[in-house]
Amino acid sequence: MSKFKKKKDGELPPVSTASLPDIVFMLLFFFMTVTVMKDSEPLVENDLPNASEIKKLEKKDRVVYIYVGEPTAKYQSAFGKEPKIQLNDKFANVSEVGDYVLEEIAKKPQEVQNAITTSLKVDKNANMGIIMDIKEELRKVNALKVNYTTYDGDAFKNLQ
Amino acid sequence: MARRGGAPEVSAGSMADIAFLLLIFFLVTTTIETDAGLDRMLPPKEPPTDEQIVLKQKNIFTVQIGKDGQLLVEEELLDIKKLKDKAVAFLDNGGAIKGDPNYCDYCEGERSPESSDNPIKAVISLKNDRETKYSVYITVQNELVAAYNELRNRSAKKLGYNMSFTEMEAAYADQETPDETKEKLKVRIKKIQDLYPQKLSEAETSTN
Repeated sequence: MSKFKKKKDGELPPVSTASLPDIVFMLLFFFMTVTVMKDSEPLVENDLPNASEIKKLEKKDRVVYIYVGEPTAKYQSAFGKEPKIQLNDKFANVSEVGDYVLEEIAKKPQEVQNAITTSLKVDKNANMGIIMDIKEELRKVNALKVNYTTYDGDAFKNLQ
Repeated sequence: MARRGGAPEVSAGSMADIAFLLLIFFLVTTTIETDAGLDRMLPPKEPPTDEQIVLKQKNIFTVQIGKDGQLLVEEELLDIKKLKDKAVAFLDNGGAIKGDPNYCDYCEGERSPESSDNPIKAVISLKNDRETKYSVYITVQNELVAAYNELRNRSAKKLGYNMSFTEMEAAYADQETPDETKEKLKVRIKKIQDLYPQKLSEAETSTN
């Protein structure tokens, strides 16, 4: 070290690192607050289609999620390859969708209960039949706002 | 830093290391995801009424998606890439003649009497098969929404707003936007939506 030191009178004092913890803590708090721990393990394949005319789903507290897709490799032996519906962390039948959505809405605070959006996270290889059944169930329970959740991209990529 | 006789000061030098460790943990586990997608309203379930709403055939734009992903638009096979232009042409046609109560003074279409009278009257009817792939359905939905957005953006420009319709909608949905701006945006959005209302009907399940 001393090799490089030129003994000069007007040498710059070393930069203080005392505020480094503060900076790091600031970053830490940022990441802590934006982190969302995934609460349910996906049981179905969920490769969403692409679309370009999308709108962001702001306000996560007003969203109910429904996943649809082929069971993942782990569950294929038990449940087959037909697309299934996943509610929370278990497979469900179409008839359970309505009750599930109502239950989820009831869990939300009173003032947002009228503004709930149902996010349909559907694998792109699913057939419309199951979606139509879900839509029918949602209409029955009057949960009319749906969002076909997609990735941002060119919609024509879906066709390949 | 005055050292009196008391307990020695705890060194805070390793604080940064601890904080870094935590930081790296959260960095790794974070997924900043905001979901996005196509917003749709489902038709409400109403008790069946005897009243039948009669629409003129020319005001309906039928889109059928077959199970192999082929499109039947107005009873003709159509390439999906042309769907948007076709839908724009239909919506913006403005076929009603001058003096007619349905006359559309802001349309720029061909004004063919065979196609829709007025964007307010024009309805797009989307039908699909149970075996249609979801990805194709989303593409079609996307193209139809794109058609509406194109027309709405155009009228936003014509009305002299400094933002396009889609930008206004995004700003309106954004939580950061101040309330007074939102109020202003709401009026503008409503105005454009009234010019080109999104009438996308999805009929009940079509069999076979």
